[in-house]
Amino acid sequence: MSSLERSDVERLAALARIDMTDEDLDRLSGQLAAIVDSVAKVAEVAGQDVPATSHPIPMSNVHRPDEVRPSLTQEAALAGAPEAEEGRFRVPQILGEEA
Amino acid sequence: MTDWTRASAAQMIAAMKAGEVTSVELTQAHLDRIADVDGAVHAFLHVNGEEALEVARGVDAAREAGEDLPELAGVPIAVKDILVTQGMPTTAGSKILEGWEPPYDATVTRKLREARMPILGKTNMDEFAMGSSTEHSGYGPTHNPWDLERIPGGSGGGSSASIASWEAPLAIGSDTGGSIRQPASVTGTVGVKPTYGGVSRYGAIALASSLDQLGPCARTVEDAALLHEVMGGHDPMDATSLNEPVPSCVAAAREGREGDLTGVRVGVIKELSGEGYQAGVEQRFNESLEKLKGLGAEIVEVSCPSFEYALAAYYLILPSEASSNLAKFDSVRFGMRVEKGNVERTMGATRAEGFGDEVKRRIILGTYALSAGYYDAYYGSAQKVRTLIQRDFEAAFEKADVLVSPTTPTTPFKIGERIDDPLAMYLNDVATIPANLAGIPGMSLPSGIAPEDGLPTGFQILAPAHEDARMYRIGAALEKALAAEWGGTLSSQAPELEVAK
Repeated sequence: MSSLERSDVERLAALARIDMTDEDLDRLSGQLAAIVDSVAKVAEVAGQDVPATSHPIPMSNVHRPDEVRPSLTQEAALAGAPEAEEGRFRVPQILGEEA
Repeated sequence: MTDWTRASAAQMIAAMKAGEVTSVELTQAHLDRIADVDGAVHAFLHVNGEEALEVARGVDAAREAGEDLPELAGVPIAVKDILVTQGMPTTAGSKILEGWEPPYDATVTRKLREARMPILGKTNMDEFAMGSSTEHSGYGPTHNPWDLERIPGGSGGGSSASIASWEAPLAIGSDTGGSIRQPASVTGTVGVKPTYGGVSRYGAIALASSLDQLGPCARTVEDAALLHEVMGGHDPMDATSLNEPVPSCVAAAREGREGDLTGVRVGVIKELSGEGYQAGVEQRFNESLEKLKGLGAEIVEVSCPSFEYALAAYYLILPSEASSNLAKFDSVRFGMRVEKGNVERTMGATRAEGFGDEVKRRIILGTYALSAGYYDAYYGSAQKVRTLIQRDFEAAFEKADVLVSPTTPTTPFKIGERIDDPLAMYLNDVATIPANLAGIPGMSLPSGIAPEDGLPTGFQILAPAHEDARMYRIGAALEKALAAEWGGTLSSQAPELEVAK
């Protein structure tokens, strides 16, 4: 596996929706490359015959009856939003170029 | 006059029942202590004095009227800021949630309210529980009461420091890779990570969902057991919650204090010693082993060869899950918004400003590990290592009833010392991470003070899944034997903090 380059970090930050300045990229790229190099050894140890574990304790699917139950009011659900309007979350423009 | 902040929770319960003290007096004593020392310790992000006293008054009135009360009623508690609490701000240590008031209570918050425990406030933590030093909090670091220049561990440094500095008798923590046990170790207190699923995660702001577990922080094993039984139990709101009775932790702790460990096999994990472990940490660990032997336990050595890969697997699984969990901080439904044109650019600007460096590092690492072309090599391989670690534990538990190691390789380091070296920081958790990967329970209790620096050392006990009670029995037995030698709890040997004018 190849190590992580500055350009990779730039692309990943964009995918993760975190703006990065040149200074951020300089600081974080070296640290991230060192971390990736040190964790890459996981690929050395387990062979094809080892199953993956995604969950520590074996359990089966949990279901509940499909019934209407009390939940947050619209007002409570919107109370922490940066902006709300007419009972909805208000967001900046979604489509097209800048407003 | 008795200083009630120095009492254990069990002593507070007995004193309230005997009419020697009221919950209002206990709660006020702790609020006064917070006012006196928290300027220096900075364990709390929010103090909830008014409501805590109101709950205390209700408990006192109910007791006066002869009502039946829950066991811990009236005993004050501190809550890690990872749990959502209605009527109190919740930030998870992040600027992105500054000032946010949750519209609901976490299940554990609800259980504390039903147990009628006054909530003193919310404790500081590494941002979104990412860190081992509480230096990654968006609100400044917490200081270790044993030496204010040193870290109190993390991510739950606030909870453990609040207990070690007598600001609270009990606290809630969360442990994803050691965030309860490592702070307990470096502050000379007790901390327990229950079996995965033993405590509901509903309303605990998620870091890595397959690893996160809430648990008790206390100064004694019995106090931790009392709180564990309040927190635990099945919750339909958490799909991974275990549908089984809460383990009998309190009874096990009391049995342990009788001091007979005849027939108990204690397995020493060979891989969690040697290089990287401080001399004083190993010395106190070996002395604790001698104590267990003196109580009748048989000491055996076990080997867990895959632990070599645990840290690497953890730092792939955790960032992967975290990068997904933290996608919800998108400037739409709660928290900060930094306007920058359209919604996508606003998200990028908000997350740049709201998240600290450690959170950014882990989100990017997780995004990378899950991306096409790398998934099998990184995330897939890490999940296979998880299987190997579970197999190591299974084999070790064939030979021993509990497994033990030092909780942390070293005593606490100085604030700022490892802040620019994430890999050095990650090594703190080398002994605690395997339990999270396997879902088994773990406890840390004080083993003494390292002779070379005068700072606390921790002893870790691990048990098979669902066998949490076993750790309480062994832990209480060891604690009693050590306290007999020290003449009290380790906390009472900590230097006195200067009281603010």
